[in-house]
Amino acid sequence: MIRACFKLARPEFTLDVDTQLPVRGVTALFGPSGSGKTTLLRCIAGLERASGSLHVDGAVWQDETTFLPVHRRPLGYVFQEASLFPHLSVRANLEYGYTRIRPGERRVQPGQVIDWLGLGPLIARADPAELSGGERQRVAIGRALLASPRILMMDEPLSALDTASRQEIIPYLERLHRELSIPLLYVSHALDEVVRLADHLVLLEQGRVIASGPLGETLARLDLPIARFDDAGVVIEAVVAQHDEAYQLTRLDFSGGSLWVGRVNRPPGSHVRARVLARDVSIATIEPQGSSISNILAARISEIRDEGADKALVRMTLGNEQVLLARITRRSSDLLGLCAGMPVFAQVKSVVLTT
Amino acid sequence: MESAFSAADLSAIWLTLKLATVVTFILLLIGTPMAWWLARTRSGWKGAIGALVALPIVLPPTVIGFYLLVMMGPDGPIGHLTQSLGIGLLPFTFTGLVIASVFYSLPFVVQPLQNAFEAIPERALETAATLRATALDTFFSVVVPLARPGFLTAAVLGFAHTVGEFGVVLMIGGNIPGQTRVVSVQIYDHVEAMQYGAAHWLSAGMVVFSFVVLLLLYTFNPTGRRR
Repeated sequence: MIRACFKLARPEFTLDVDTQLPVRGVTALFGPSGSGKTTLLRCIAGLERASGSLHVDGAVWQDETTFLPVHRRPLGYVFQEASLFPHLSVRANLEYGYTRIRPGERRVQPGQVIDWLGLGPLIARADPAELSGGERQRVAIGRALLASPRILMMDEPLSALDTASRQEIIPYLERLHRELSIPLLYVSHALDEVVRLADHLVLLEQGRVIASGPLGETLARLDLPIARFDDAGVVIEAVVAQHDEAYQLTRLDFSGGSLWVGRVNRPPGSHVRARVLARDVSIATIEPQGSSISNILAARISEIRDEGADKALVRMTLGNEQVLLARITRRSSDLLGLCAGMPVFAQVKSVVLTT
Repeated sequence: MESAFSAADLSAIWLTLKLATVVTFILLLIGTPMAWWLARTRSGWKGAIGALVALPIVLPPTVIGFYLLVMMGPDGPIGHLTQSLGIGLLPFTFTGLVIASVFYSLPFVVQPLQNAFEAIPERALETAATLRATALDTFFSVVVPLARPGFLTAAVLGFAHTVGEFGVVLMIGGNIPGQTRVVSVQIYDHVEAMQYGAAHWLSAGMVVFSFVVLLLLYTFNPTGRRR
């Protein structure tokens, strides 16, 4: 558990946080630019000196009398741009941190990292300047991992990359997530990255933490700014249940029911994360007949929030805990007489698989 | 003009090289931390210290020499110190010349180093720190290699500028053979004695030396990115 309490005045905002972050899985610090997410990460790393305190897994990293210098904090840090040392070879870059920790503390070996991140062909090249942006960032991630961090921090590691390089890196990040037990603090302003990678979501606005909680719960809240995003929606943690080879479809089962989606290239039993956007869900008060939409789920409305004069965002519960959001017109909401507690049918037009 | 250099000329050349080498060494030692401080500080003193370091560029060497002479003289603070330490007085000694030259050539070492340090992105230092490098470790494993061209320029300019000094030497060192009579003073003596041939040999030697030094610097010290 990270217990962070910081105050730091900046020209654009004042960072003022008092929050707890899990040291497990992927925690995304999410917010618009100028919200203080990078500053918060830098304060945790010790790159920025705010007043306040910081405890990580019970250890004091900062309080009134202590300020652990950056090089004594067991962390790995990946900056927005790869920042490889230009005077060192790719291999020397990779092993820069590794050679600086005691052999007894080395929990990650160069061979493993080279393997995980597919760095084999890059190692042979001497000069980091010969690598592409995506390749450089992969080396930087490997370099951070080889310092055997207890927490890995990434500050928008994909934002300086073009779309192709981004697509190249994301699978590696997902693998790190799945295969490494190192917790990751991930700063991003791209909701699609967050939805793909994060387990825990921390929302920042103007230097303050406005929400912090498990990804699914936080995305399903109607009172947060992300609910107003055009791509607002929920995530569904599901299991591949069945493939229909004739129609090239796959059935995903989750706690609130099941969804048919386009054929997923995963064996039955695999865990996948699906995303259902609010704009792709419509609502019917009686079970639709003769619909081309194959995913129709029985649900119960738990909350309705108007968005201006024309739109309304409806939150529904499927089964016990899974939540679904639907963005509909306020006119439809009034015509159907929707209200909290009402049983309805949610029609899901589209599902995006993120893993 | 049978022999190119007289024994006195050779002694002056040797003394000049010795002086320049010692001064360059000292300047790199004290100039590096000064340049680092100037490059990285956010202190309000930065401007004042920077201007102080740069003074020798604009001041007449005689002014620097005069004040150093006064300070190192029997009634000056440095003179009091050296006398109480039993070293005696520094003016008109090789040591005095070294100290004066260090002041005189300081900006030619500090400024290239400062420029080189300022060109190193803060991000490189932060990266090293997140990879467990202490500040000193970062300095030697990241800063020095990245600032290598700056160090080369600083060393060459410090050396060459010390070789070329004249006014400060006259003020503080006088003209003692084997002690303080460097090449520039020797040339002056030759000209005073109407020995134009000997003056030519030494002067031409200085021109060639300076040209070769700068040529080497510009050829082997590519500025900008590697490769």
